[in-house]
Amino acid sequence: MAALMAGFGLYTHAIVRGIPASLAKEALRTSEAEVDVDKARGEHDAYVEVLKTRLGLDVVELPADESFPDCVFVEDAAVVCGDTALITRPGAESRRGETEAMKRALKALNLNVVEMTDENATLDGGDVLFTGREFFVGLSSRTNQRGAEILADAFKDYAVSTVPVLASLHLKSFCSMGGPGLIVIGSSEPAQKALKIMQQMSDHCYDKLTVPDDIAANCIYMNLPNKGHVLLHCTAEEFPESFKVFEKLKDYTLIPVSNMEKVKVDGALTCCSILINKKGSI
Amino acid sequence: MTTEVGSETEVKEKAEESADQPDQSEKATEETREVASAEGEEKGKEKEKEGKGISKFLPTWLKKQKSLSQTSPTKDTALKEEAISVEKQEEEGPAPEVNGLADEVPEKEAVKSEQLKEKEEKPHSKASTDTEPAKEEKVDESVEKSPEETKETTEGQGVEEEKKEQEGEVQGEGEGGGGGGEEGQTSIFQSPLRLVRKTKMKLVVCHVTLLDGTDFSCEVEKRAKGQFLFFKVCEHLNLLEKDYFGLTYKDNHEQTSWLDPMKEIKRQIRSNNWQFAFNVKFYPPDPSLLTEDITRYLLCLQLREDVASGRLPCSFVTHALLGSYTLQAEFGDYEPDQPRPVDFMSQLNFAPSQNKEMEEKILELHKSHRGMTPAQADAQFLENAKKLSMYGVDLHHAKDSEGVDIMLGVCANGLLVYKDRLRINRFAWPKILKISYKRNNFYIKIRPGETEQFESTVGFKLQNHRSAKRLWKVCVENHSFFRLNTPEPPTKPRFLTLGSKFRYSGRTQAQTRTASSLIDRPAPSFERTSSKRISRSLDGAPMISITEAGRDSAENGREHRLDDSKVKMVDVSPGDVEATSAQSPLRVHVDNIYVRHSNLMLEDHDKTQDEVLKHQASISQLKRSFMEAPPPSPPQTNQWEKRLTSSPATAVRVQQQQVVSEPHAEAAAAAAPAAADCTISDTKESAKTAEVEIEETVVIQEVSKATKPGLVTVTTGSPASAPTDQETREQEVTVQEEVAVPKDAKAAKQESVSSESESEEEAEYHPNVSVSLSHTQIPEEKEEEEEEEEEEEVEDKENEDETAEPNMLAPDVSSHQAETSHPAEDISGGVVESQKEDMKKNAENEKEGRETEDSTDDLMMTPEETPNGVALSEEAVTGLAAHVGEEPEPRMNGEPRPQVICCSEPPVVKTEMVTISDTFAAQKTEIATKEVPIVHTETKTITYEAAQLDGTGDGEPGVLMTAQTITSESLCTTTTTHITKTLKGGLSETRIEKRIVITGDCDIDHDKALAQAIKEAKEQHPDMSVTRVVVHKETELAEEEED
Repeated sequence: MAALMAGFGLYTHAIVRGIPASLAKEALRTSEAEVDVDKARGEHDAYVEVLKTRLGLDVVELPADESFPDCVFVEDAAVVCGDTALITRPGAESRRGETEAMKRALKALNLNVVEMTDENATLDGGDVLFTGREFFVGLSSRTNQRGAEILADAFKDYAVSTVPVLASLHLKSFCSMGGPGLIVIGSSEPAQKALKIMQQMSDHCYDKLTVPDDIAANCIYMNLPNKGHVLLHCTAEEFPESFKVFEKLKDYTLIPVSNMEKVKVDGALTCCSILINKKGSI
Repeated sequence: MTTEVGSETEVKEKAEESADQPDQSEKATEETREVASAEGEEKGKEKEKEGKGISKFLPTWLKKQKSLSQTSPTKDTALKEEAISVEKQEEEGPAPEVNGLADEVPEKEAVKSEQLKEKEEKPHSKASTDTEPAKEEKVDESVEKSPEETKETTEGQGVEEEKKEQEGEVQGEGEGGGGGGEEGQTSIFQSPLRLVRKTKMKLVVCHVTLLDGTDFSCEVEKRAKGQFLFFKVCEHLNLLEKDYFGLTYKDNHEQTSWLDPMKEIKRQIRSNNWQFAFNVKFYPPDPSLLTEDITRYLLCLQLREDVASGRLPCSFVTHALLGSYTLQAEFGDYEPDQPRPVDFMSQLNFAPSQNKEMEEKILELHKSHRGMTPAQADAQFLENAKKLSMYGVDLHHAKDSEGVDIMLGVCANGLLVYKDRLRINRFAWPKILKISYKRNNFYIKIRPGETEQFESTVGFKLQNHRSAKRLWKVCVENHSFFRLNTPEPPTKPRFLTLGSKFRYSGRTQAQTRTASSLIDRPAPSFERTSSKRISRSLDGAPMISITEAGRDSAENGREHRLDDSKVKMVDVSPGDVEATSAQSPLRVHVDNIYVRHSNLMLEDHDKTQDEVLKHQASISQLKRSFMEAPPPSPPQTNQWEKRLTSSPATAVRVQQQQVVSEPHAEAAAAAAPAAADCTISDTKESAKTAEVEIEETVVIQEVSKATKPGLVTVTTGSPASAPTDQETREQEVTVQEEVAVPKDAKAAKQESVSSESESEEEAEYHPNVSVSLSHTQIPEEKEEEEEEEEEEEVEDKENEDETAEPNMLAPDVSSHQAETSHPAEDISGGVVESQKEDMKKNAENEKEGRETEDSTDDLMMTPEETPNGVALSEEAVTGLAAHVGEEPEPRMNGEPRPQVICCSEPPVVKTEMVTISDTFAAQKTEIATKEVPIVHTETKTITYEAAQLDGTGDGEPGVLMTAQTITSESLCTTTTTHITKTLKGGLSETRIEKRIVITGDCDIDHDKALAQAIKEAKEQHPDMSVTRVVVHKETELAEEEED
């Protein structure tokens, strides 16, 4: 498994986007929490700084657009795998315009850009979990079957399995990849159920790392030259119990990243960047 | 005897040219077995005659054998022949022994020796030896020479027994023969002879499209099995690791199907279009584990075709990468000086949507492969191709329960469900307990998950019955190949082989890997052809491992023989056509009649597999002893029954059968005079009798195919033919087994309708050979497997018989016949014989407790036996006994191993639990669906469940070690026993699940019958507890149709 996924987690570029002031009040959210835009921007700057400085990625920073309060969550606007980029059609109508800037940025990186033009299709990148061997697409309030089909068409090399997401916004609201063949999963019942489905659907055997908090299960794994396994995860302040779980990972470069404010508008760590590998591409 | 023998030979001769001598034909049947053994001189003479005539057309090697046989009347000749045959076997046929017949082989040898000692028997032994060694090629000869041979071969282990049986049969024949020599019989006999000769004579040119696009042509005997052609192709390709490959053909519906190596080619291809394609059948998950580069190369060729055609979808980048490796492999290093012009590139077919951009990318990547050898480039190609998600996935169109179009993908790991491009569910092999199909429905039974308590069944609808069967077969084969790495002798691993006789006949991946590791030859040189598919042949090395081929063929040999016998049977019936026509009406009548009264299900948990095995073994012993016993005759039958009864499990059933059998016999006898009458009576009876549903056995498909022939008609007409009918019935039964009695008739009708498309196949069958199930038999490399197969076959026969019995009583018979597709046999077989056989068979089945599925094989066996049986047929009643004896023999051979896992599901429409595959992977919904095509029924289900027992579902999924289904039928009850052995973490659990279906009119006291059934079940398994009793009552609302 690990051998088959050699190269998984290797990235050279990242695309991020600024936080518009409109985020505080207009961004979509499932809770009623008040968002401090300044704090959020501070967190986001730190996040970008980690990618850029600490990890040495080429970071493309798109400017915030006030008309798109959620534009900081770039993950939903595109799915990049290899040198193919699928421009999504976000499930929230208010976010459809976010893809324009993303498309330009991806084309500028010479990626093979595929657009989702079917008006019956919706897909949020947050519902797409790429394990290195296959895709899982959460069918959620934001993503439908047709969107998943188009994703499958865009990435024909890989199996694309659908997973019902009922209790949370996105599939990756409670899971993410923590390494080659390692799925980090929340401990809630819906999360565990989804994991079972994924395990059943897959020809591959995945290890799982269960963390107490669903949202803490959203972390960013990279495998970078000279740095080895890198994991951006929640802070002890935010999720102390889950933090302890991550602390136990060995041979990892563990980088806690604060995400206190963005999470109020359902923003997880993976939401705020699109990671791209240009070197590995053929 | 002698006279009879002589007559047989004569008959054969006559039959070849013309089927004029009915009497002789009858005699001939007897002759085949008996005569050969007892009177070799006459036969020899006759053979000489025949041989001379035939020899003209035969290949030299064949001629040699014939000449031997011809001269052979004397011991010396016999010895010579035997020796020769032995040599041949050794040379060509070591494989068979190796595969699974090792046990048998010694026996055979012993038999041979015995035969030699016995002058009379010598001829038989000779023939047998020839046939045994004879692989596909020889098969023809064997067929010609005698059914005896086939019998011997099939029985292999039980050769001696067979001899005895033959003797007994002869006697019986003598008895029945006096009165039995009727036209029907003669016709039957003649036809087989004709067939044989014809087959021998006729060569057909097969065109095989190879993976490099070239065409390979070779001559094959018209009756050659698929295996023969396949080996020829592999030889041509110099391919040793051939287990990953197979031959495909297009059926009448332009559907591509795999050529069953164990079946005659002619029976499979519909039309006269002998056009095939050599393809990868099992995509090795890790091609780097293949031993030889040539194997990898062929796999590459297949994958290039898959990719270029779009069957194996991949991304632009992957297309380019694969294309670049293809260039490197075929053209070597990129030549900067001679850049390949784009137009050249465009001639190469890399992708369905190939464009300039891709070609440029391919060239660009090609540059980076400098220095890579062709073998390395192929390896890289495969390393990338194997990662593709659709690599090795065989897609089949289907609909889920809601009628939504989906795709079912069969692969090394299990069954995948796709909707459009999305994977919506996946059933890994370990999760699947059973695979079956019924009409156009395909079912998989899923092991209960952690949170589920009961097994669930997921059903899919396929386009038609053929598609369902095709999918089922692919599943069985893939499971066998990839999942059964280490076939354990005691626990025969093919749990997937439900119902139908069909089994994977090749080596498993584990076996082929082991075999590959032993390949010791210099890497064969071969030429890589261009992707342009420029015609080039890959004749690399002349040396094909003959041994392997020989082995395989040898393995097949038995089957072939069986087939031959069947074929003969088929040929025999001149009146088949008539019969069929007659049957069809009968079927119609039957359709509406069924009434199901109640289902009783008993589950026993505690009995261990070992116990079951022991029981089976004891049964087999009984059979043997029975076999050995002197001349089979009606009385013997009784003995059988008695013995059977003695066995705890069987006893009840047996008794019932006995009772039933008598009536059947009577009915048969009555029917015999007038076929039409019989059919009618049968139909009426069927109407009366409630149908016995044989639960879940999905396997139905095969049945339907078989059914097509107008079995019934012929049989009824002539009592003499009855024996043959029995055989045919057996075959039919196998098919029918699934169907179950009265319902069967309906089912048969339905099936016949659905199968009509398939019916074409049946049609094919008619002419050449009985359609029969012979396919089922698996010539596996391992002896054990072979034995198992045989056993299974035997069981199948038994099952068939069982079914036949019900049929006899009622319309079932007709349905069975129809299903069987062995029209001729069935027809001739006549009701009586079939009934008797059925009785016997049933008893055996019950005793053995083996499942119906095997029946196919059995059928095969029977056909071989048939020749004898034919003689018997003359004898009629006695013949029945003889048949019984014969049947037991196969079982004996097959025997002791209880592993047969067969689920026979009656084609009859019954309430079905249909589970619909849910869109979402995780969710499985079980939907109970009643599908009663014609009849409207009221259904009541009452379940009594013991509190303590958790019935089916145990939380933890174990590893299925063994599963078997045994079906027995009596007058108004059908008992299906599922024995499942599951290994859960070190603990093995054996669950015995019995389903007893009580069918009958209002006249039957169902409550009483139920009570009796429960009582019997408790008596049979005192150490087990009844955990659940489900009473399922169906009443037909629709009125019966009258003839």
